[in-house]
This record gives sequence, structure tokens and C-alpha cells, in this order.
Amino acid sequence: MGILEVKDVGKRFGGLQALGDVNLSVQENSCHAIIGPNGAGKSTLLNCLIGKLIPDTGSVLFDGQSVLGRTPYEICQMGISRVFQTPEIFGDLSVLENMMIPIFAKRDGAFELNAFSSVFAQRDVLEQAEHMLAEMNLADKRHMHAAAMSRGDKRRLEIAMCLSQNPRLLLLDEPTAGMARADTNNTIDLLKQIKDERDITIAIIEHDMHVVFSLADRITVLAQGRPLVEDTPDKIKGHPKVREAYLGESA
Amino acid sequence: MFGLDKTDTKLLLIVAVLCLFAPFILNPFPTSSGLAQFNAGYPDLMQRFVIFGIFAVGFNILFGLTGYLSFGHAAFLGVGSYSAVWMFKLLSMNVIPAILLSVLLSGVFALIIGYVSLRRSGIYFSILTLAFAQMSFALAYSVFTPITGGETGLQLALDDPRILGISQTAGGNIPVPALFGLEMRASWDLVLGDWQFTFNAGYYLCALILLAAFYMAIRIFRSPFGMMLRAVKSNQQRMNYTGLNTKPYTLAAFVISGMYAGLAGGLMASMDPLAGAERMQWTASGEVVLMTILGGAGTLIGPVLGAGFIKYFENIFSKLNDNVLHGWFAFMPDGLENLMVTIVHPFVGKGWHLTLGILFMLVVIFLPGGLVEGGQRVGRLFRRRDIKSTGPEAEAAQQRNAAE
Amino acid sequence: MDAIILQILNGLDKGSAYALIALGLTLIFGTLGVVNFAHGALFMIGAFCAVTLSRILTLSRTTIDETQTDFLGNPLKVEVPYAHDFFGPVVGDALIDWAVPLAILFSIPVMLLVGFVMERGLIKHFYKRPHADQILVTFGLAIVLQEVIKYFYGANPIPTPAPDVFRGSFDFGAMVGFEANQIIYPYWRLVYFAFAALIIGAVFAFLQFTTFGMVVRAGMADRETVGLLGIDIDRRFTIMFGIAAAVAGLAGVMYAPINSPNYHMGMDFLVLSFVVVVVGGMGSLPGAVLAGFLLGILESFASMSAVIDLIPGINQVIIYLVAITILLTRPRGLMGRKGVMED
Repeated sequence: MGILEVKDVGKRFGGLQALGDVNLSVQENSCHAIIGPNGAGKSTLLNCLIGKLIPDTGSVLFDGQSVLGRTPYEICQMGISRVFQTPEIFGDLSVLENMMIPIFAKRDGAFELNAFSSVFAQRDVLEQAEHMLAEMNLADKRHMHAAAMSRGDKRRLEIAMCLSQNPRLLLLDEPTAGMARADTNNTIDLLKQIKDERDITIAIIEHDMHVVFSLADRITVLAQGRPLVEDTPDKIKGHPKVREAYLGESA
Repeated sequence: MFGLDKTDTKLLLIVAVLCLFAPFILNPFPTSSGLAQFNAGYPDLMQRFVIFGIFAVGFNILFGLTGYLSFGHAAFLGVGSYSAVWMFKLLSMNVIPAILLSVLLSGVFALIIGYVSLRRSGIYFSILTLAFAQMSFALAYSVFTPITGGETGLQLALDDPRILGISQTAGGNIPVPALFGLEMRASWDLVLGDWQFTFNAGYYLCALILLAAFYMAIRIFRSPFGMMLRAVKSNQQRMNYTGLNTKPYTLAAFVISGMYAGLAGGLMASMDPLAGAERMQWTASGEVVLMTILGGAGTLIGPVLGAGFIKYFENIFSKLNDNVLHGWFAFMPDGLENLMVTIVHPFVGKGWHLTLGILFMLVVIFLPGGLVEGGQRVGRLFRRRDIKSTGPEAEAAQQRNAAE
Repeated sequence: MDAIILQILNGLDKGSAYALIALGLTLIFGTLGVVNFAHGALFMIGAFCAVTLSRILTLSRTTIDETQTDFLGNPLKVEVPYAHDFFGPVVGDALIDWAVPLAILFSIPVMLLVGFVMERGLIKHFYKRPHADQILVTFGLAIVLQEVIKYFYGANPIPTPAPDVFRGSFDFGAMVGFEANQIIYPYWRLVYFAFAALIIGAVFAFLQFTTFGMVVRAGMADRETVGLLGIDIDRRFTIMFGIAAAVAGLAGVMYAPINSPNYHMGMDFLVLSFVVVVVGGMGSLPGAVLAGFLLGILESFASMSAVIDLIPGINQVIIYLVAITILLTRPRGLMGRKGVMED
């Protein structure tokens, strides 16, 4: 039984069957990629995974609990951290503050009206944040305005923010979309490092083959809303069905 | 000091000194000189400075930190005023219970309105708050007349019970608001040569409360709570996916800022014990928005500056009339003098709101950070001349300062 | 039954004004994506167009009429409008009498000009700024416009009568076969309603049947795509802003006899019109019109004494109550589209 179980999920939009009979099992501490050509239903599936869309049929279980219909913050509290297509960070705040917020959120749980102590008096949070920034090679940028950073650094910060909460599942939505080659390679290296050093499950929804084949332990190919094959990267590469549906265009 | 860092302590001290010496600072001109009309050091006006300062500081906790633009904050001001007057009618003329009740009731009121309004964001939130405030205004004006005094407003009367005080003084008058016997209207004059300085008990009470309110605002801005609020403003999406329900945060900010407004309303009634429905009207809500934006939303000192700026110029501009203008331009040839008076005339006296509107538009268009940003720009201009070599580190630090 | 019809009729004129203002607000919002707090001021400027024309027409010179004397035997001073000199007494008087309807012609170019200047000079620079900034700058503009009007016309309401033939009331009930003297309705309100219906019809026809309208509607749906087609959408949007201003202005011109124009009438209507737009659904033109009339009629029902006895003060707050309810239960309003202003 995997940490994330997608069972018989189907979703229709009017006359369009966006998803049908999707079964998927993401094993703990693996990196599972979901790929597919445009319009294969990747975003719809993603939205089902984070509880934003409720499928017509089937269930999505994270660690045995259903995620359907839950609010984003509940999803996060369950242990799923999300990395967005365009880095979602707090642009108006400094890098250090960006880093501290998820740590506060993790430490204090839900709402805490901590209105009278200074942010920087919270030694433990500050130390953790500094540590995380150092680990991510962002320490020298800690007083920068987050919005002023390069796209690659923003991505780095976003991932750092997610990791600081020790999530069990890191969900990445096309993490290298619109990035320059150098930034893409940096991000791949970063993710590899995270995979090697931490006990974390990574689910990645991606278009870019290069990224997928350098990271994934298992790959599910989605085509026309249905899972086509699921296998290891080596097998997927040579799979005739996949070539036909997806790689065929580029190969 | 007080758990603040160096810059914040300096800021607090500046405000403290300004408040303490306001009777001197605002009365720089000798009474007999022609410039005496620019003096603003009389109790009534000074009280207004600090009371609206409190109102704006509170509004800024909501708008400046979370970005939620409330167009109905005057409702809380009104609730505060009514509660205080009722306290004067029923309990005693001591201002402490009156102010406490103002803060408490407006907090409850803000909790209800905020809980409902915060279900929506953006312009929908603005319209919800506006609708609630207009509703409160309309009701205070009509149906709730027994509680609010309707059109005439709520006033003290000789036959009010005042169970802990006296219904009327020995002379058969309505007693005046006081702090344990210290009447709010009590003033001492200090005459130094041609200068006259007035120290008013009510003003100093308001000023002390402003200092406390400002201190609390600094603490809130610098706290994890304040940081969370700024994060909500910056990126609500990321905030949600950080595992935090943002609503309690914004609601807390809404209630706190509503309580600030109630405090201001209570103080207003403590200085002059009456309350009217027009205090709740949306134009009054608009005024506090103007003050905050003009001073600099999201900055600490901005709202205080904005409130002082608007109230000062409102007072000065409204007093200017054609005679004064002719006096100013008397050094010019007659034709030119008349021309100048004609040009300036629409903007002064009753035309003050026109000047305010234009000024406000200019600020929104060219100086979205308000007076504070203006000051920083000027400051940077000078600093750049002094220190030519600024490394990337200093640049980043400067940007950070500008952002704060 | 009579009472119900009477209330519906009573609600029509205010509803018409709401509908017209809300229509313009929605057009501006839908096409330009701008929240225009100065739209009420445009309504007010329209009303003052009527005042201005009526003042121009009644400009007079003073002559001494030897044929008449006052009680002391001195020759009487008579005010003769220049209109008499130009058009003769009969036509001149008619012109003065019909000042308000004539002001329609006068106000169209004025309002278009005001609209163009506003859009090119100010609003244009705020397309990319946050909605809060748009609200703030147009709020400032509204203050400026209203203060300018106050400066020139004073703070008091200026009575501006309708033409003689439309003054007074008629027995609407008797006309449609009810008991006499039950439903009395002023002529001018009926005129106002018909006028509003005409304008609304014209705007919809314009958007529906002209190429210009088609482009604008497409632009409302998806601005970027239309821009990519190489159509100069910005210029069309400027024109659209002018039209929205003209619609608000026309609503104001004809409203002058119902409610004597004063400088703050725009703000009074603006708050309510925003409520109307929200209830109708941001970005929906039919929604704005529907909600305008519905709320006008609802308000009129709430002012019935039977209703007020039941729930005191309801007439004062009904619109806000409806707005709050709709916003909380149906945030897209009655006919709003998905995704408009939901962030």
C-alpha cells in the first residue's frame, strides 16, 4: 500500500471525460512522476490530488485518509507540501521572513495570536530558518526582497519553505516550466539531493522528459485521461505504447 | 527598550516627544503676529490630531498589513462614541469605564461584521463593509433613535441617572467628563512673552493613549502575527498551502483595528460628550482611508502623519478667506494680486475638500507609498550625494528598508 | 393589488436610475477591468448639465418696459431672456420650458468628452494597478468632481422642473381599468422609465448588432485574445468608457426633475449602484439592469407603511441587506460569470 493511493478516479466536464479509471499508487520514499502530452488530464489529476476538484468517481487517499474536499491548509497539515508551476513565495517579504513563516506554521499549528513578541526573539525559529537557508545556499540572500530574486532562486526558496515543514509528500507541478537550461539542471540536482538525503516521497507532474528521466523511480504515463502504462524509467523509454502516444511526436 | 529594536525605539521616542511638546511645536508663532493663524496648538485641534491618529493607526493594522480595504470603519468609531456617551449617562463621568466599554463593544461589533465580511475578499470585502456601515448609519439615524438620539445625536441630560456619580452639579449643570476628578477640559496657559502655550488635560490623556496604541502597533507589526498578516497580503495562495487557515488571522486584525476605531470614538466622546450618526457615515470611513494612504499604508508612522497632515490643513485651509489671501499677495501689483486671489480662492476655505481630493489623487498616482515614501525618496537623494559608493549589500538593505 | 402595482411603479424610476448607472459601471468594469468610484459623479455631472442648460436658456437682460408701471408709477423693469430675442417669445418660452429634455442633446457631447478625458488622462494608467488603487484614485476623482460642482453651483439643491405638460400626475389605475384615484402616478416618472428603457435597449442593440459592439463583447470575454487579433482594443475601450459616461450622464439629466440636483447626489447613488452591480453579478450587463429594477422596486415595497410597521427601519436598510445576503450566498450575483474579481 502506497502513501498516496488513487483509486478508480474519474471526472467529466460536460461531455469531456477528463479522467477515467485512474489508478495510481505512490510508494513511500520513492519519486513518482506523472507524465503525458498536453490535455492528457495532468492538471485535472493534480487538482484531485490536492482536494481542489472532487472526482465523480473513485477516491484519493493519503496515508489512508481521504483528501477530497479538504481545504488547502488541511491538505498541508496532513503532510502534503505543494510546489507550484510558477514559484509561489511571499514576494513582499525578505527571504529570511519567507523562510520563517512555514516554520512558525509548523511549530504553532493553527492560529496563534502571537502579537507581542518580536519575530526575531523566536530564537528556535530563527535558527532553523538560517540553517535551512544555509543548506539551500540562500544564506547570502537572506535580507533580499524575495520578489527580486532570480527564478531559479525563487524555486529554491519555495522548495526550502516546503521542506522546512518536513512533509511526507512533496508534490511538484512542472517545477522547471519556463526555466533556462542552467536553472533546470540546478533544480534537478537540488531535487536529487533532497531525494538522497531525506526520507521523503516526491510526486512530480511534468512535461519535460529530461527532468522526469533523471529523477523518477517510477513513471505513470497519462493519455486522454487514462493511465497508459506505469513502470520504471528504463522500461518506459522503450515502451512502444508510450512512443506512440507521446514520445513518438518528438522522437 | 520595551522589547523594541533600535529603529523602532527611536520612532516611538520621536512620537512621544512630538506628543509631549505638541503645545509648543504647534504654536511656533507669537499670538500677535500675522502668522498666528498657522498655529494649531489649541486643545480642540490637538485632541483631534491624536484621536484621528489612533483611528488611522488602527485602520493601518488591517489595511496596511493584510491589504483588506475596509470602507466601513467609521461604524466602529460611531459605536465607540455611543458606548462612551451611554457610560456617561448611566454610570459616571469618569472616562475610564467609558473608554473601556467603547473598546469592548466596538470589538464585539467588529467581530460580527468581520466574521461575515471576511468570507469574501477584494472589492467584495470592501462592498460588504461599506454595506454594513451604511446600514448601521441608517439604523442609527432612524430606528435606533432611542439608543442613538437619531438626528439630534446622543447627548447628556440633567436627569441621567449616573449611578456612580452625580446627575447634576451643585450649580445645576451637567457634569463634565473627567479622569478621577481631573476634568478633560481643564487647561493651563503658559505665557512666555508674546507666545501663549496651552496644556490641556484631555489632550494629554489622548496623547498618552496614542503612545500606548502606537507602541502596540509596533509590537504587532514586528510580531509573528504581524508577519503572518503581511504574508497573507503578499500571497494568500502560498499561505494556504503552508498549512495555515488565514481567516482567524485576518479576523483578528479586523477586530483589533475595529477596537482601535472604537477607542478613538470613545476618546472623541470623552473630549466632547456627544455622539451623532454622521460619525458612522461612509464619508467618515473614507476619511480614515485617505489619512492612511496619504501618510503611507503599511508603514508605522505613516497613518499618524497622514492624520495630522489632513487635520492640520483642514483646519488651516478652512480658515483662509479672501481677506487673508489679499493680505498674502499684497506685495504684488493690484491686477496680479486679484488674479492670484481668484486662482487660489477655490482651493481654500470651503474648497478644502477640493484640495484634499487633488492631493489624494496625486499621492495615489505618483507616490503610492504616501508621505513616508516621499520622505524616503528625499532622504535617499541626499544620502546618495554623501556616499557615492554603495555596494550591492547596502543596496539590498536599502530596498528592505524601503519595503518596511 | 392596487397597492402592489403602485409600489412597482414607484420603484421604477429609482430602479431605472440604478439600472442605468450600474449598466455603465459594469461596462467599464467588464471592458477595462476598472472599478470606477467616480461613476456616481458622472451621474451628477449629467444632472448639472440640465441645470446648466436651463440657466443658459434663462439668461436674461433687463429692460425698462414703459407700458407697465409699478404701484408707484415708475416704469417696470422686466427681465427678458435672450432666448426671446433669438427665437421669439413663443419658441423661446417653449425652449425654456423644455430645458431638461433638450439637455439630453447638450449633455451627450459633454459627457463623451468628460469620459474620454477621464479615461485617457487618468484611468488608462491604472489598468495594471491593483483594484484597491483604482478604487482609491477614482474615489479621489469623485471628491474633486463633486467639489468643483459645489464651487460653481453651491451646496443647495437646485430645483429643475420638467416641461409643463409632464408636470403633475395622472390616474394610472383608472387607465388600466382599476378603481379611480387608487394609483396616481406622476407623468415625469413614466417618461423617465420609458427613457431609461430606451437607453438600455439602445446600449444592448449597439453591443449586439454592431461590429464595434461585437469586438467589445469579445474583449469583455477575453481581452488578450482580442488584442492578439490585431484589433486596436484600447481605442475601442476608450470609446466604451465615453459611452458609459454618457449613459450615466443621461440618467442624471432626466433625473433632475425627480430629485433636485445637488453636489453629493452622485455619491449617494454610487454606493447603491455598486450594490446593484454586485447583486447583478460583476461583469454581467443584463444582471446589472435586472438588479437595478429589482432593487428599486424592492426598496419601494420596503417603504410601504404596512411593511415599516412590521419591521421598523427596513426601508433604510433593505438594499444593503439584499446585497449582503447575495454576496454571502451567491458571490457571483444573480447573473455573474465565473472568475470575475474572485481573488
